[in-house]
Amino acid sequence: MPKGTVTIIAERCKGCGFCVEFCPTKVLELSTAFNSKGYHPPHVVAPEKCSGCDLCGMYCPDFAIYGVKNGNASSGEDKKNK
Amino acid sequence: MATTTCEIAPANPVEQFLRTDRIPHIWCPGCGIGTSVNCFTRALIELDADLDKIAVVSGIGCSGRVAGYLKLDSFHTTHGRAIPFATGLKLARPELTVVVYSGDGDLFAIGGNHFIHAARRNIDLKVICINNFIYGMTGGQVAPTTPVSAIATTTPFGSFEPPFNLPQLAEAAGATFVARWTTYHVRQLTRTIKEMLKRKGFSFIEVLSPCPTLFQRRNKQGDGLAAMKMYKQLSKTRNGAPTAETAIEQGKPIIVGKFVDIERPSYLGSMEQMLSSRLGDRYVHVENLEWH
Ligand SMILES: Cc1ncc(C[n+]2csc(CCOP(=O)(O)OP(=O)(O)O)c2C)c(N)n1
Ligand code: SF4
Repeated sequence: MPKGTVTIIAERCKGCGFCVEFCPTKVLELSTAFNSKGYHPPHVVAPEKCSGCDLCGMYCPDFAIYGVKNGNASSGEDKKNK
Repeated sequence: MATTTCEIAPANPVEQFLRTDRIPHIWCPGCGIGTSVNCFTRALIELDADLDKIAVVSGIGCSGRVAGYLKLDSFHTTHGRAIPFATGLKLARPELTVVVYSGDGDLFAIGGNHFIHAARRNIDLKVICINNFIYGMTGGQVAPTTPVSAIATTTPFGSFEPPFNLPQLAEAAGATFVARWTTYHVRQLTRTIKEMLKRKGFSFIEVLSPCPTLFQRRNKQGDGLAAMKMYKQLSKTRNGAPTAETAIEQGKPIIVGKFVDIERPSYLGSMEQMLSSRLGDRYVHVENLEWH
């Protein structure tokens, strides 16, 4: 089982490519498919390499991707509802 | 898949801080402002900050939109006036952590006077300045940060004005904490924002950020990703560097890091001290005012 899981919210993506470039283990590539705004969102090409470091989430200017470490799904714990 | 508004992703760490009904935001593809927002929100998570005690104040501009997207007590004020608004807020509610989040034009052109006086007075504000070297929102006019020879709509033959070196300006005016990172330095920026939120005194972080649409395109500097790679390549971390040596110049490394971290009496502290010594019992501390 990979160490982490990356989730892509394709409809928010504007195709800047930051996540693809700065993912340290090269999990992502921009896909050739379009989202409804006409951008090419990333897709996962090497899921087994994801470490869940969330660097993609840190870089994504459109809040369209994030990584979580497996077995630690609560990294985005909702402070407001605490 | 949703087509108008976007799906909500509760596990996304930034999500809880967003007014999701306003997402997708208006920032261009490859704009760095959103990246800085990730760092700011990660800093709040890592600090386990009391969100009822944080206020974010922005002026006008693309960067000024941050206040509108953050689901915190956030205020989108008029152009250049984020600091005076934040000053009033801080004086009336000293227990709040007041963050000013705005652009280089907003904070240093129309708002420059407010910036230097808030720094001089050492008002406890945390200023995050998105420096994209241009007035983005209004179509790419020259800013006080535009590098010499850069093309803007108002400098079609190249800017011939010397730009401000913001860390040096901030230090000279009296800021007690001064740092610079770029949107490439997400981890460092998060760490420095955390440090800034924990401390007292007028604090300033400059964040160099891509503006592919209105700065880079005219200057043939490629897209947002090209700017990020350029930051990666040209940045040199020099913590404690004298701010006089941090000017951004063509062909030279971009100096990043934390440059200033000192203590000085704060405006509120000095005010209380002076007034209570002069007025004695007649002086009412702000915490004892009716609205508290
Ligand atoms: C009093 C006033 N003058 C001028 C403007 C027009 N205006 C809006 S944003 C802006 C500049 C914004 O530049 P900056 O702060 O660098 O933000 P950016 O859009 O680059 O993020 C100007 C001049 C205004 N809104 N109000
Ligand atoms: S104009 Fe520039 S600063 Fe404004 S949203 Fe677009 S890229 Fe960002």
